[in-house]
Amino acid sequence: MDLTIVWIGLIGIAILAYVILDGFDLGLAILFPFFRKRQDRDVMMNSVAPVWDGNETWLILGGGALFAAFPLAYAILMPAVYAPVTAMLLGLIFRGVAFEYRWRTERLRVFWETAFTGGSFVAALAQGITLGAILQGVDIDGREYSGGWWDWLTPFSLLTGLSVVVGYSLLGACWLIMKTRGNLQDKAFRLARGYGIGMLLCIFAVSLATVFLEESYYHRWFDFPAILLTSQIPLLTAIAAFALFWALRKRRDYAPFLIALALFGLTFAGLMVSIFPYMVPNRITIWDAAAPHSSQVFMLVGAAVLLPIIIAYTTYSYWVFRGKVDPDAGYH
Amino acid sequence: MSSFFPDALLLARFQFAFTVAFHIIFPAFSIGVASYLAVLEGLWLLTKRQVYMDLFKYWVKIFAIAFGMGVVSGLVMSYQFGTNWSVFSDKAGPVVGPLMAYEVLSAFFLEAGFLGVMLFGTTKVGPRLHYVATLAVAIGTFFSAFWILAVNSWMQTPQGFSINEVGQFVPESWLAIIFTPSFPYRLVHMLIAAYLTTALVVGAVGAWHLLRDHDNVGARTMFSMAMWMLVIVGPIQVLAGDAHGLNTLEHQPVKIMAMEGHYESHPDGAPLYLFGLPDQQAGELKYALGIPHLGSLILKHDLNAPMEGLDTVPRELWPPVPVVFWSFRVMVGLGFLMVGLGAWALLSRLFGKLYSQPLLLRTALLMGPAGFIAVVAGWITTEVGRQPYTVYGHLLTADSASPVAAPALAASLIAFVLIYFAVFAAGTFYMLRLMGHAPQTDEPEPSPAVPKRAAGLMPGPAEGPSNLSR
Repeated sequence: MDLTIVWIGLIGIAILAYVILDGFDLGLAILFPFFRKRQDRDVMMNSVAPVWDGNETWLILGGGALFAAFPLAYAILMPAVYAPVTAMLLGLIFRGVAFEYRWRTERLRVFWETAFTGGSFVAALAQGITLGAILQGVDIDGREYSGGWWDWLTPFSLLTGLSVVVGYSLLGACWLIMKTRGNLQDKAFRLARGYGIGMLLCIFAVSLATVFLEESYYHRWFDFPAILLTSQIPLLTAIAAFALFWALRKRRDYAPFLIALALFGLTFAGLMVSIFPYMVPNRITIWDAAAPHSSQVFMLVGAAVLLPIIIAYTTYSYWVFRGKVDPDAGYH
Repeated sequence: MSSFFPDALLLARFQFAFTVAFHIIFPAFSIGVASYLAVLEGLWLLTKRQVYMDLFKYWVKIFAIAFGMGVVSGLVMSYQFGTNWSVFSDKAGPVVGPLMAYEVLSAFFLEAGFLGVMLFGTTKVGPRLHYVATLAVAIGTFFSAFWILAVNSWMQTPQGFSINEVGQFVPESWLAIIFTPSFPYRLVHMLIAAYLTTALVVGAVGAWHLLRDHDNVGARTMFSMAMWMLVIVGPIQVLAGDAHGLNTLEHQPVKIMAMEGHYESHPDGAPLYLFGLPDQQAGELKYALGIPHLGSLILKHDLNAPMEGLDTVPRELWPPVPVVFWSFRVMVGLGFLMVGLGAWALLSRLFGKLYSQPLLLRTALLMGPAGFIAVVAGWITTEVGRQPYTVYGHLLTADSASPVAAPALAASLIAFVLIYFAVFAAGTFYMLRLMGHAPQTDEPEPSPAVPKRAAGLMPGPAEGPSNLSR
């Protein structure tokens, strides 16, 4: 068995886990300005407070595993996306401490709420821009990045940045539908419809732009017979989109969130079609970038033992915490 | 591009130094507090004395804030290897990457997973399950220290690898990579440093409240426990530090030369310089004040043992001596002050005056931040002393940096400095405010005021802010 394939699979899982897990709690923070009432904001924050820390650990795992299993790709890509990654880290600092600080001050509460929303927005935008910057390709000389420090900024990367913000917001709204009731939930339904439309437009725009970004991407999607397989992704996306709006209309509690997760999974699959097996588009494959066999084996032992345990207690924590957040809890 | 590359290198180093120096403060504290919490809760389970549970609830609130700051500042560290040190990442990634991945898998998830239960309070889950969570968090901080010090020790005393045709370090023996010669010394020295740092903070908080009210049971207990810690662990740290020094002399002699200010060789036994102004340009220690032969006695346990100086080393391989020389003296000086405070407290205790001597209490208060300063100084000594290498003897710092332009590094450095000072000053303020409240009987749980902020085995229902003040 080719360990490189195993590792790209594991990193793919870590990144997808991060995107959908931290996606909804970042998205929820981005939706804060739509909710003015103090109590609504308390409920919103408390609905993710128990889980955000664990969610964000997947980001560290994704980055750490990339560093360990594909050091060359990490070394080339990180300088290429220096500015957006730095912005993401700074954004995550603000929103991370806001969870603690907001409860410790009355006077500066609004300030830390703004930090919560602003930091989450910047982090989401920066993640989307990073994705776009990598997709559009980076300049390499030997084993090093050779482009400039503004290369990441293009209309395409801004589009992917915006798309991630919209997508996370949709996840956040669907999470709220699942976790709240009453007025708060009504508003979440309205927001989910709006952001649902937004996300479909974004998926459409990014797909179109990606396909014409690089000739190789076009061939991957449209050459016969590959098209028989690749066409399944837009088809399934369309079905998921219908299901999403149907579920929103029927005011289902859980279905919108699950369908939104499925939409993210499909866009992730689309991404894989475009770039696999490259890590730096058209330049470095996963095998070029892979760490020596001894590194891959050593880490795989740990991952095989520890990941199932981690997944078990994470799943259990979500299961225990299932159900609606009670807005009255704590006021006794 | 190459014309301003040296500036970019300097900026990258400065940024990394700044963010690490800031970050190291939080784990140093949270390793110690996590263990302290485990001890408090363990004592409570054994004795059922209310004061232990009160202190647990008091410190767990402070721990939550420190832990949060540690998480976000650590997130920055984990990506800076790629952004600022991409060539290092490419070359050393196959060795250090897996160790860091183990840290995430074994430590970060464990801490994030069980912190929820720990903050959740003893009334909502059974005391046994709660204690398991407290222990899990404390053990998580140990695992974290274990792996990150393994990484650092390998960079200081690398072994167990070969180098492949593209210049990457390829792991040959993982046991050799993890257990390098300096690793045990570094791990022990750092863990004890974390305990001392926490003891000084706990002692200072206790002293502050004793100065106001010497009958406060919580304040008495925490002060007493902290002073016991100094008495027992302070001298152990001196021995551990000495052993670490001998180990460093064996494996990184140039670092010792810089720490001691030995620009010149001493064939007939080296002095111990107490004071001096290292002049890197001239290559001499000006205004040197030293005790003859003591340096040889300490480092080689022989008065007349010859010691080589930096004059035996090519100049381009010298670390920046003034920084290392001074940071080392700050660390050692504070270390001896800690031992002195412990001895004073022990004497006072024997005379039955531990809680009633204002001068002792004020000194303990003043020494509250000393552990943080000593930890940062020690970190500077060991990291700056490793220069000019990132991987000692194998990879130069100058050959490790990312090909990123200086303006990008300057802009991000400014952003980091401004944001770190603002965000961490706020956190420190909130922690100090919690410390400013005297510990009470039936200390309230953190739960009514703050949300359960971490994924836990059994997170509680989300709650609103019913009493914000604590």
